[in-house]
Amino acid sequence: MIRPASWGPELVWGRPFSICSADGKSLTLFIQKVGRGTSRIAELEKGDSVTVWGPLGNGFAVEPETPTLMLAGGIGIAPFRGYIEQHPTSENLKLFFAHRMPRACYSYDSMTATVRHQSMVEQNPDDLQAIIKEMGVLIEQYKDGLILCCGPTPFMRTARKFALEHGARLQVSLENHMGCGVGACLGCVCKNDKDKYVQVCTNGPVFWADKVEL
Amino acid sequence: MNMKVSFGGLEMKNPVMTASGTFGNGLEFAPYGDLEKLGGICAKGLSLKPREGNPMPRIAETPCGMLNAIGIQNPGVEYFLTNILPSLKSKDVAVVANLYACDAEEFGELGAILAAEDKIAALEVNVSCPNVKEGGAAFGQDPRQITKVTEAVKKRAGSKPVMVKLSPNVADIVSCARAAVDGGADILSLINTLIGMSVDIRSRRPRIANVVAGLSGPAIKPVALRCVHQVCRAVDVPVVGIGGIASAEDALEFILLGAHAVQVGTANFMRPDFAFSLAGDMEKLLEEIGAKSLEDYRGSLELPL
Repeated sequence: MIRPASWGPELVWGRPFSICSADGKSLTLFIQKVGRGTSRIAELEKGDSVTVWGPLGNGFAVEPETPTLMLAGGIGIAPFRGYIEQHPTSENLKLFFAHRMPRACYSYDSMTATVRHQSMVEQNPDDLQAIIKEMGVLIEQYKDGLILCCGPTPFMRTARKFALEHGARLQVSLENHMGCGVGACLGCVCKNDKDKYVQVCTNGPVFWADKVEL
Repeated sequence: MNMKVSFGGLEMKNPVMTASGTFGNGLEFAPYGDLEKLGGICAKGLSLKPREGNPMPRIAETPCGMLNAIGIQNPGVEYFLTNILPSLKSKDVAVVANLYACDAEEFGELGAILAAEDKIAALEVNVSCPNVKEGGAAFGQDPRQITKVTEAVKKRAGSKPVMVKLSPNVADIVSCARAAVDGGADILSLINTLIGMSVDIRSRRPRIANVVAGLSGPAIKPVALRCVHQVCRAVDVPVVGIGGIASAEDALEFILLGAHAVQVGTANFMRPDFAFSLAGDMEKLLEEIGAKSLEDYRGSLELPL
């Protein structure tokens, strides 16, 4: 969670972001302007103070020997940069990236040196259908491997549908409004496969796709 | 400066408590500070049986505040006693159990179970939750029900102080305060959230699945101060001030009006370490403004003639 000191009381919550990468001294975040908070964060300048608490919750599974497919939708590419950097066998990784804004907005090209990669842009309904079709093909290819997905909810829902059809192992990283980020306020819950509410901030944000409702 | 407080049978090393529903059971915030720096923790609202709470979305941010409609999601009292309370036993901090039930009898039953626990320092009776259909605010808006529920808990609370948490969503909070006192309340805590609403003009939907929700945060402090002021002048029972406290200055405003302690809620989300430093910050500020003691400062508001 990150909350700039300059917010005062006007914006109450911190904002939760995937950690894009960390080197022990600094954190890198990819942030897309979508609302009041992210717009204000975009106005920050060098030297401005922020309060940061975390890391919160869990992360994607790492299985060095398993062929692993990363499905990134738009800004959902953020956690995969650190994932690729820290993965012990990046030759086992493939990154599939579907996006709407120009690819340069996402630092995609800086992430693809050591992994197989493929990107598709969505500019019209035909593009969307092509992306969905390609996701289906890829998920079937990786049905005996590990599949990780982060992106808009419809994107993850599509991945989940294909994964369930093919019996593939899929993890999804959920996004939600968060009050505290530490599991206390119960504002960011989602339903699990037992029809019980679980906190996204501490039980997730990463869940096995067959264990959570989307 | 001595920051110890003793009121209504509750003793704490300082007047800072965390408000129910905003601090989990304390342990969630333990990585961000020393729980023993708090005077007290009001645990997440408990019911006899587990409750799933309301559908999503449950929270929305508003200018200087937030809306929530969690709906008292909790694992039930037995789970709390078996799996959570033992972890708090070794901590030198007053643990206040917050009770929610659907009728007076159930409130009494829950009170009896919790009062039997040594570690529970007091019972906070929630007659003011705006987010549940049964009970909740319906009790808190009817003085006769407030008296009945308070009596039911007090009767079975043994020596444990009973604190009644009041709703601001009433025409006359003083009559609600008096009703709680009539029922035997040892302490009053106020205020719970204000009923509010937020809508999305694009999707044309409410931002909260429950449609209406409880507003908290700095936005509600003036309302909370007004309520505390009115109640402190009307009843002799000690008051705990709640509502939008996000600085030592905010907290001292409530003390100045006569509150014996304060509860910090939404500010725990603004900074997870906020509550831990508040008592120290209040102490420094009291010294800075030349107060002789916390006791001396309390209720020293000068009103125009």
